[in-house]
Amino acid sequence: MESLCAFPNKYLNMKVGLFVPCYVDQFYPQVAIATYELLQKLGCDVSFPMKQTCCGQPMANSGYEHLTSGCDANFIANFAEFDYIVSPSGSCTLHVKDHLHDEKNEQLAAQIRTRVFELTEFITDVLKIEKIEGNFPHRVGMHESCHGQRMLHLSQMSELNEPYFSKPGQLLSGIKGLDLVSLSRKDECCGFGGTFCVTEEAVSAKMGQDRVKDHEDQNVEYITGGDMSCLMHLEGILKRQKSPVKIIHLAEILNTI
Amino acid sequence: MAGKIIEHSKAAEIFNRDIKREEWHDETLWLVREKRDKAAFQIPEWELLRETASQIKNNVLSNIHQYLQDFEEQAKKNGIIVHWAADGAEHNKIVHSIMEKHGVKQIVKSKSMLTEECHLNEYLTEKGIDVIDSDLGERIVQLRNEAPSHIVLPAIHLKKEDVSETFHEHLGTEKGNIDAKYLTEAARLHLRNTFLTRKIALTGVNFAIAETGEFVVCTNEGNADMGVHLADVHIACMGFEKIIPQRKHLGVFLRLLARSATGQPITTYSSHFKKPGDGKEIHIVIVDNGRSTQLGREDFRNSLKCIRCGACMNTCPVYRRSGGHSYHNAVAGPIGSILAPNLDMSKNADLPFASTLCGSCTNVCPVKIDIHQQLYKWRQLLVKEGYTPTTKTIAMKGMASVLANPVIFDFAGKTARFIMQKAPGLVSNSFNPWYKQREMPAPPEESFREWYKKNSRESKEKNNEQ
Repeated sequence: MESLCAFPNKYLNMKVGLFVPCYVDQFYPQVAIATYELLQKLGCDVSFPMKQTCCGQPMANSGYEHLTSGCDANFIANFAEFDYIVSPSGSCTLHVKDHLHDEKNEQLAAQIRTRVFELTEFITDVLKIEKIEGNFPHRVGMHESCHGQRMLHLSQMSELNEPYFSKPGQLLSGIKGLDLVSLSRKDECCGFGGTFCVTEEAVSAKMGQDRVKDHEDQNVEYITGGDMSCLMHLEGILKRQKSPVKIIHLAEILNTI
Repeated sequence: MAGKIIEHSKAAEIFNRDIKREEWHDETLWLVREKRDKAAFQIPEWELLRETASQIKNNVLSNIHQYLQDFEEQAKKNGIIVHWAADGAEHNKIVHSIMEKHGVKQIVKSKSMLTEECHLNEYLTEKGIDVIDSDLGERIVQLRNEAPSHIVLPAIHLKKEDVSETFHEHLGTEKGNIDAKYLTEAARLHLRNTFLTRKIALTGVNFAIAETGEFVVCTNEGNADMGVHLADVHIACMGFEKIIPQRKHLGVFLRLLARSATGQPITTYSSHFKKPGDGKEIHIVIVDNGRSTQLGREDFRNSLKCIRCGACMNTCPVYRRSGGHSYHNAVAGPIGSILAPNLDMSKNADLPFASTLCGSCTNVCPVKIDIHQQLYKWRQLLVKEGYTPTTKTIAMKGMASVLANPVIFDFAGKTARFIMQKAPGLVSNSFNPWYKQREMPAPPEESFREWYKKNSRESKEKNNEQ
């Protein structure tokens, strides 16, 4: 591992807690492994607190925010000791940033809220790394996940008359051989939406099918993105349609460094 | 039109059965969104304009009592008769009483979403009044006995074949003739006669100016002007949030409205009404109908900033794929979903859940209403007030206790993956809505935490020491 380290020991004085979304832990361990390895290669002292579970977003977005105090308490117990908390998910990061509370120690909760970062913004804004010179010789489409884009501002959204930027796009631009396509609807939602994907099944599935088609029209080999939940939804549709297109999380591409 | 309410998810599922029509609806409205982008991005100060409009409206909402009184005073000075209506029923009564006073049985209307909200047409029709909507889209849906499906484009759910059939049935046009020019001409002839014979015309209000007591009505077809100029009595109906402080503020809102709505720089007609002509009357009906309740809800009050441009609908991926009628409310789409629960939580409890919370609505909104955040907050309130199914509450409570406990979570995760590997039919079946059009994720041999126990740097170092 150490021989692969691109930025040896540079950030070893900062303790980074790896916050892995619950469904990634259970269903997409390769994404968490890639994130863990990548942060180590970038020189971070990173560890995974073993008793972490879920940020509470599934309940909160369904209207049951008042049931999330158990998740909040568990999150705080696991992550209070870290300088930075990094997650390969814009959506879960956003939930913690916006909704983590602790009735007994709100000051601590407030501090933790400011220490949580989505993986790509942590790399560009905290580690100040502009380029990652990995290798991924494929034609790739990037699905802009809404929470990361519109709420964490990882990239500029198409609704605003503001200069364009993209933190994940910037990182992907250093990957050798990667051919990033442009889509006809740059940042339309994929339709996952948490419990929306089952409560509004018809619209959710159609949104996903349309998103997949936009990528397929560009002849991509892979659809990537910063949120595995969106990609899990798109993967479900791709597999049902027996499409050769595969999904891959940004962390897995960046980990080819 | 009334009747049993079908929940949004069910109505959306029905809408999606005709996939070609659904795709056409999505594409058509996406084109409008693209036109909006093009028009908005030609204005370098677009974002500043939105911020300015938002701040003017914040000022209005904080001082609305004063602005409304100023407006009434100025309007009266101008010779306008001002009425106040606490709710839809009172609004309808007022309109009817004006008609009775003049002994008139016919009325021509230009577009007013407020009258849709108050169900004025049904009320007047029951009283034996002949109501004709003169906006072309509204007239089409009126002939079909439907509600508008969009606040700016009322008949956007219909194709020209549908319009042709409707006109054949009601206006006697040639069967199967779908030539847009031919159909428009038929509507024009039909409406011309209406305009010439109506003594009372009703319009909505886009902006009412406190400083001068005048009001502005924006249309593209000129039908509001045609109706008003040929009638003796003009009744203008407005929700009380339509007020703006000064005439100069129109410059901000008129630049935003049509660009956001249809991508036009400005509506074809922006008609200013200040005082009645000789021998004529202008009435203004200022309506509350739940607005003061909404004003008192801190989390939701700024939904009253809305200028009814419809941009949030055009951009909403759910609205485009479910159609306006699935929202069973006069105002559909994202903005409708945060306005409707205020009117009736029980009937509209489904609407704040008809969203992925993608946030596109908030960012096209010309007055910067935090729509997606209000959708989130309505969900919390509706759950607290007991408007969600008990089964969902039980499931959520179970989920919350599993997710809050690392030991149970680990066990539940292992069990789920075991079942999915050994007996996939238990989850991949027709009872699982996910599986209807999507495959389940393939369960891995081990979770990340199991991998980490063996492969983390700490555990490797420990192993090396041993």
